Formats: sequence, structure tokens, C-alpha cells
Amino acid sequence: MTSPVRKAAIGIFAAAFALAATGSTIAPVSAADPGVTDTEIVLGGSHPYSGPASGYGNIGKGIGAYFSYVNDKGGVNGRKIKYIDKDDGYSPPQAVQLVHQMVEQDKVFAIFDTLGTAVNTAIRPYLNQNGVPQLFVATGASTWGHDYQKFPWTIGWQPDYQAEAALYAHDILLNHPKAKIGVLYQNDDYGEDYNVGLKRGLGKHQDMIVKMASYETTDPSVGSQISTLKASGADVFLIFATPKFAIQAMVITAQQSWHPTIYLNNVSGAVPFMNAAAKAGGLSAVNGVISTIYLKDPANHARYAGDAGMKLYNEIMTKYLPSADKDDGNYLYGVSIAYTMCDVLKRAGKDLTRKKVMDIATNLVEKDNPWAYPGVMIRTSPTFRYPITQMITAKWLTTGWSPTGLLVDTRAMTMAEK
Amino acid sequence: MHDLAQQIVSGLAQGSIFASLALALVLIYRAMGIINFAQGELAMFTTYIAWQLTQMGLPIWLAFAATVVVAFAGGVALERIVIRPVERANQLTIVIVTLGLFISINGLAGWFWGYIVKAFPTPFPTTPLQIGGVAFSAQDVGVIVVSVVTLGLISLFFQKTKLGLAMRAAALYPEQSRVLGIRVGWMLALGWGLASAVGAISGIMIAPVVFLDPNMMQSVLVYAFAAAVLGGIESPLGAVVGGLVLGVVINLLGTYVDAIGNELRLAAALAIIVVVLLVRPAGLFGRVTVQRV
Amino acid sequence: MPRPNAGLLTRVAIAVAVIAILPWVVPSFLVFDLIYVAAYTIAILGLIILTGMNGQISLGHGAFMALGGYVVAVLAHSAGWPYWIGVPLAAIASGVAGLLIGLVALRLAGVYLALATFSLAVATPSFLKHYKSITGGFDGMSLQPVQAPAGVPLGGQQWLYYVAWAVAGVVFLLSALLVRGQFGRALRALRDNPIAAVSFGVNPYFYKTAAFGWSAVLAGIAGGFYAIPTAYVSPDTFTFALSITLLIGAVLGGISTFWGALVGGIVVEFLPLVAQQINAAAPGVVYGVALILVMMFLPDGIVGGLLRLTYRFRRAPPQPALESSTPSAAPVTVGPQSRE
Repeated sequence: MTSPVRKAAIGIFAAAFALAATGSTIAPVSAADPGVTDTEIVLGGSHPYSGPASGYGNIGKGIGAYFSYVNDKGGVNGRKIKYIDKDDGYSPPQAVQLVHQMVEQDKVFAIFDTLGTAVNTAIRPYLNQNGVPQLFVATGASTWGHDYQKFPWTIGWQPDYQAEAALYAHDILLNHPKAKIGVLYQNDDYGEDYNVGLKRGLGKHQDMIVKMASYETTDPSVGSQISTLKASGADVFLIFATPKFAIQAMVITAQQSWHPTIYLNNVSGAVPFMNAAAKAGGLSAVNGVISTIYLKDPANHARYAGDAGMKLYNEIMTKYLPSADKDDGNYLYGVSIAYTMCDVLKRAGKDLTRKKVMDIATNLVEKDNPWAYPGVMIRTSPTFRYPITQMITAKWLTTGWSPTGLLVDTRAMTMAEK
Repeated sequence: MHDLAQQIVSGLAQGSIFASLALALVLIYRAMGIINFAQGELAMFTTYIAWQLTQMGLPIWLAFAATVVVAFAGGVALERIVIRPVERANQLTIVIVTLGLFISINGLAGWFWGYIVKAFPTPFPTTPLQIGGVAFSAQDVGVIVVSVVTLGLISLFFQKTKLGLAMRAAALYPEQSRVLGIRVGWMLALGWGLASAVGAISGIMIAPVVFLDPNMMQSVLVYAFAAAVLGGIESPLGAVVGGLVLGVVINLLGTYVDAIGNELRLAAALAIIVVVLLVRPAGLFGRVTVQRV
Repeated sequence: MPRPNAGLLTRVAIAVAVIAILPWVVPSFLVFDLIYVAAYTIAILGLIILTGMNGQISLGHGAFMALGGYVVAVLAHSAGWPYWIGVPLAAIASGVAGLLIGLVALRLAGVYLALATFSLAVATPSFLKHYKSITGGFDGMSLQPVQAPAGVPLGGQQWLYYVAWAVAGVVFLLSALLVRGQFGRALRALRDNPIAAVSFGVNPYFYKTAAFGWSAVLAGIAGGFYAIPTAYVSPDTFTFALSITLLIGAVLGGISTFWGALVGGIVVEFLPLVAQQINAAAPGVVYGVALILVMMFLPDGIVGGLLRLTYRFRRAPPQPALESSTPSAAPVTVGPQSRE
């Protein structure tokens, strides 16, 4: 081996490490909790901005927009919020590395709204060991509310999937007591949570389920599953899927001339998805589909025409994300959850500690979130950590969701699981 | 029995989706001996262009035609700008370039058009059809027909036209072709253009079924890759047959073999393909050539 | 291949010194990231031996990493076995799997082998989800964070860093010894001219399978050091994107030299982070374009390219060394060619 070879290799090696190490110094440790100064609160989060789940990245953008809005209004108790939001590509190891960086290097005060069950499960032990709040994770798995004794620094936000499914079960028992139920579900923790909730909700009537068909996120289409479900003779069809597959399911059901009563999980029920299904499969593909609502739907222009919250949403979006598609419910989700975050920080007062923020977050009654469905409250207690438990069932009629019945609190159904 | 027929029909419908993209993969492979990992993303991107055109009021068939032309030009341009500089590098380098294209085109589409799932207008009627209790849609039939027609046109092109023959010669015997005055570099660019145009057709056929979003082609690419290899990576006919067979096999495994179910059907199908390859190392329709190691 | 001379030893000494000093000069999160660099480097080294030296393309090494990671995780989670037993067992399990796949690979070449290995990577998450009772299904398994042994004045992260890089050092050394002599010559001969190699008495079955097995051993170890710092494994951890990442690292680093593994490891760890600094809205665009540009200007990878530039700069006649790779004009070659 020749000498230039050697030099070059050393050079690369040194340069690469120098690059990696740029701008990094060991910050002094202060006595107060990290991430809070007189003028600033630093929060960290991560979302998939690349890779197969990048659609959810818009939640992070919505959060960023709301924080910009709050900062321009003077911040929270005089402090501006600095939100460090990174791309985790929906990969647990990537998220773990980012969180280490945010906690150890960026000195964030808390981690807020990391997305996905696997990602949040991966970072949870580290954050709890270090006493860093893991606030309002963007996933509806029941573990966030359920395992608080083991992980006291972690809390969810959105209704948990199990409770939502239990609600469908109750609706079926009430309105279709003789139903034969077919279920399409995504084969992961997400689908499994729905199945658990459904079975719990049905109780001793579980034999009403005649067929359960799963799909993988790597499946191009769910045509085969729909054929199987149709052949099972089911007349009530529950779709526990992510939007793309839910749309396919509704369209293919119509194309195969199958006409069951369809229940659709909330995640997939946003107006743009329903419109996409109607466009491809005709009105009969979507009319009469039943789902639940807990947030306002930005694409439902008629219903929220005079709504103050929706007006504010449109203002914020126009000012801070001018090129974004306002109808995308992910933005609204982000804006709404950021509201809760600011609310908690505000209530925690001028003298901000991690412990105090956690206390507030677990003793919360928030009745005025501008983007929650009218009447939906965000409520927690130290021993009940499911912030949103109220939902209303709704039926799709031609152009939009029409609420049916009353706002239901699934608290009892959630409690039942313990 | 009726269920079985239904599963076969829906398998054929799904298989035709794999077939159409597999066809594009085969074209690039024939031209330069690599798998173009960006093929699916190119198809996705051109489908967005078609969608944009329909949003501007163009009728779907017109948008279809315009997009195929744009895709052809885009493919040629891409080859000239991005592939040409690495043409003489080893194949792994080219493969990494196609992976780079994959990642950047995917990001670009998300940046331009967002990630929200969109309905793509189908060029075919949407009324459900039924024959003997087996339900399907005009879309399903349309995709199969278009794949077969595309296959026919490609075969004619390669066998009957001077340009097609020149392209084959350039791919197989670059040095000799150069001596004969064939502009080998441009033949390669035409190959990319052609593959990209076929990819656009495939994207427009697929989008009404899987719906339009920047990640729509990723799982299709996996299956198309498998279909192309199953059929024999150099054979357009093999790609189409491979796709249809794969679609049906996956459905039947998922529905009727309980130990496999929907969960492991992809894994099982891939395992079967590997076994097929062990018996026929060049795929179903491939010719065994001198092995290049 | 030349004997290890003073130059090589100097280089290695410098590398070891840099690695030893880094935890004391860079912030803690970077130390943490560098554990992943060690994992990537080990796995990429395996690919360099398999694909670079022996010409067998694998798009599925993430599957071996998954196997390694899960062996460590399952033993720790279910049986409470320490990581220092888990990692060697991961290496063995993965090596055995690699030998088996290597036997299949004997029948397949080029794109067919690429598909077979790709299938492995694609199917891995399905299997991990399916065998719930062992793997914990889609919920995955959480692991205990690493603590330094009593009496060692290091934090858990620093300790893990040193262990990971020490293991990397050992596998580099073993790999170097392995490919130095007859074994390495046989691998390269089978890549460059299989017919001649066989006629000279090289047994292709033995060498190709062995190369596959050894590269799988490395990937299995890497999987362990991917799972341990994350302290969590799940099917989402080992998607086929991981296999693609490894190949990108190998080719970008430079597939015909061991140094390429180190550079590749650094690149695949830090390039995505740099990409999102540049364009937070669409990091993929930056990442993808960066890949294309590197390949356009440094088709032999970063190490290969820099070597070439150095030669040009010195106006010395390009001496084909182990590190140099001669790009092949013929489109039929799978894998790079390098001359001794």
C-alpha cells in the first residue's frame, strides 16, 4: 500500500469525524430544568417527513404553525416556544437517536407529539429514566393511558383505538342486534387494538363476528380480502384501516356489489378520503358509512362556515403555511394538539418545571380547545390518563358527516379494560 | 367454487397491476442489465402529471396520451443527464443512482403535491360487472387489456422495426453495434424513454385502484420485481405472465392456506419464486445464457 | 495483497486513537450516534467482502441484522441473558442462516440473487410479526439499557461505544486476516473470472458459501449493536429500507476497500441528519440528490474517488493497489473489478 493511499484514508476519516463533531460543545449543567429560560421554552418532537408514513408529517407542520402563531402573539407567559422537529422516517432507532440528541444536546424541556406506536415505545424508557416529559404522543394505542405507573412521564392525547372500537360494538348491538360482522384490519398494533376493543365491546356476543381478514401495509390492494369477507355472508363490515386501504375497501365493496352496513375507523374518515372514495366508487360506496368524530373536520366547509375555531384555523394556516392543503385533517390535528400543549404550559405558570408540567397534564380539564368537536373536553387525572374519551357517531350523507345521536363518553369502556 | 373463481378473478386484476410495472422493469433490464429501482417512482410522478392535467380540465384519455409523451421525453432526458455520466461505471454504481432517483423523486412528489391520498379518474366505466356470480369491474378488465396491448406493441416494435432491432443490438453487442453505425448511447436513452412511457401507462392504470399518493408504487415495485424475475427478467411476455401468476397465487395462498393467511402470503409467494428460480435459474420464460458472474 | 507495512499500521493506529479519544471530545449524543456508526460499519464490511470482493449482490443483509438483533433481544428479554453472551450467539445464528442462504445463492447470480436476497429483506417484518410468542409481535421488545461494569469509570453509553468499536476492530482484523491469503485470492478470482478460477482448482461452492456465511456473521453482530443502544426491537426496526441503506453505505463508501466500510457507516448515519438540516420539508430530495452526485463524481465511492484524486494530484502513475478499483466498461459485470 502506498503512502498517498494512507494519507487519503486518514484524511477522510478525520474530516468525517470533524464534520460530525462540528458545532458541538458540552453545555454547562444548570440547576433548573433544562430547556427553559426567561424568554424561551424548548420543546422537541419528531415526525416522519420521509419514508412510507410521510403523510403524517403534516401534523408536525401544523404544530409548527400554531407555535409560530402563539409566539407572534407574545408566547406563553412571556416565553417564546422553540420547537425542534426532526424527521424520524418512522424508524424506532432513528427516533431514539434524535431524542438522545434533543435531550442531551438541544436540552429540550419536554418531548411533544412524537408519532407512531413503535417510535414512542422505543423512546419511552429513556425519557422516563431521565425524567423528561413525553407529552401527548400521536398514537391511539391504549398503552399510553394504561401503563402510567411504569412510565409516569408519558401521556397520550387522542381517543384510544380500543375505546373507539368498543363504541362501534355498542352501536351494532343497539342497531343491528342480528348482524353478521366482517372485519378488515391492518395487521399491526393499530389493527389489533381495534380488534381488542371490538371484542370487549361485543362481550358475550363475540360470535357475531363471522370473518376477520387482515392486510399488510405492503399489500397493493385489499381486493382479495373484500372477496373473502363478502363470501362469508357478513352484513356489517368494520374497516380498521389506514386511509388508503380504507378508501380501497369502500370502493371495492361497491364494485363487488356487496352492500353491508359499513363502520369506518375515525383515522380514515376525514372528508378528503371520503370524497376520494365517492369519486372512484360512486356515491353508493360511501353513503351511510358510520364513523366517529372528536375533532372538527377542516374539509367540512358547510358545517363550520361560521365557526370561530375554524376561522382561526384558516387564519393560522393562511399566514404560516400558505401553500398547504387546509382540508388535510393532519394539520388541524397538529394545531389542536399544540393548543393543548400551550394550554398546559400556560397553566403551569411562570415558574416552569418538568414535574409541574406533568402534574398539570395529568390534572387537566380543557373545555375550550377551539378544534375539538363541540362539547368534547380534554380531561385527565393522575390515575386516568386518556385525555380525549368523548366521541360522537356520525353517518356519511352525500357530502359530509351528520352526527347521529349524542356525544358518548367512552370513559367507562376504557376503564373496563383494567 | 364460486369463491374460488372470485379469488382468481381478483388475483388476475391485481396481477395485471404487477405486470404493467414489471414490463417497464424488463425494458430497462434489456437495455442495460440493471434493475431500475426508480421505475415505480417515475411511474408515480408521471401519474401525478396526468392528474394535474385532468385537474386542468383535460379529458382523461387526452391526459393519458399527453403524459405518455411527457414520460418518454422525461425518461430520455433522465438518461442523458443522470445515467450517462455513470454509464461506464460498474453496475452497482448505477443501481445506487437509481436508488438516489427513487428517494429524491418520492420526496419531490410529496413536496409538490402533498401526501394526502387522491382519487385518480379511471379511464374505464365504474359500473360493477357480474358474470356467473363473479363480481369485477370494467377497470379490472381494462388494466389487463391495456397490459396485453402494450406487450403486443412492444414485441412488434422490437421485432419488426429498424429502431427496435437497433436497440436490441445496442444492448446485446454494444461494440459491434457501434461499428455498424448504431448510436449506442442514444439507443440507451430511447430505452429509458420507452420504459418510462410504459411506466406512465402502468401508473395511470394502477392509480384508480391503489389511489394516488407519493408512496403508491412502492409495494407494487416489490411485486413487479418479483413478477419480472419469475417470468425471466429479459422477457416482456414473462413479465406479464409472471405478474398474473403472482397475483393469483398470492390470493389463493392468502385465502385458502390457513398457515399462511394474508399475513405471510407475500413471504410465501417470494419463497415459491426462489424455488422456481432454483429449478429454472433464468425464470419461466428466460433463456439461459452464459452465466456472467 | 501486500503485507501489512508500517504505513498501514500507522493508519490503523491513528484510526484507533481517534476512536479512543472521540468520546471525551464530542457531546454525549454524538457518542451515542457513533455506536450506530459502529453497527453500520460492521454490517457494511460484510457486504464489502461479499459483494465487493466476491461479486455476490445482497439486497437482504438487513434480514441478518434482524436475526442478530432479535437473538440478542429475545435472550435478554425472555431469558435474562447478558448481551455479552447474546452477541456471540447472534453471530453464530446469523452465520448459520448465512451459510444456508449462501447455498441457495450458489444457484443464482446477478439479478436473480438480488431478488432472492431482497425477498428475504421484504419478508422479514412479516415473520417477526407472525411468530409473536418468540418475538413479541408488532409490539416488539424493550431492553435494559447498558451499564458499565462495576469499577469502570464510564457511563453506560461510553462503555457501549468502546465495546462496539472494540468488536468492530476485532472483526476488521479477523476479516483482514481472512481475505489476505488464499481465501481472498479465491474470492476475487471467482468474481473476476470464475471459469479460470475453477479450472485452477478453486472450489466455488466452498468459497462463495463461506463468504456469505462470514458476511452474515458480521451482519448478525451489527444487528446486536443496532438493537442494544436502541434498547428496543420491533418489526419496524428492520424493514427492507435497512438492507438498502447498507448497500448504499457500501457503494458510497467504496466497495473495494475495507476503509469504505468505515466511511460508508459514517455516511449512512449522518447523511440523513445533514439532509434534514438542508431541507426540512423534503429531506428525501437532498438525500437522493446527494447519492446521485456522489456516484456521478466518485463512481468508485468516496474512498475510491479520493484515492484517485490523490494520484492525480501527485501526478504519479495510478498504481493499482488493493484500494483502487477499476471501473468496468462492460455492462455485464456484476460488482466492481479490481486488480491485484
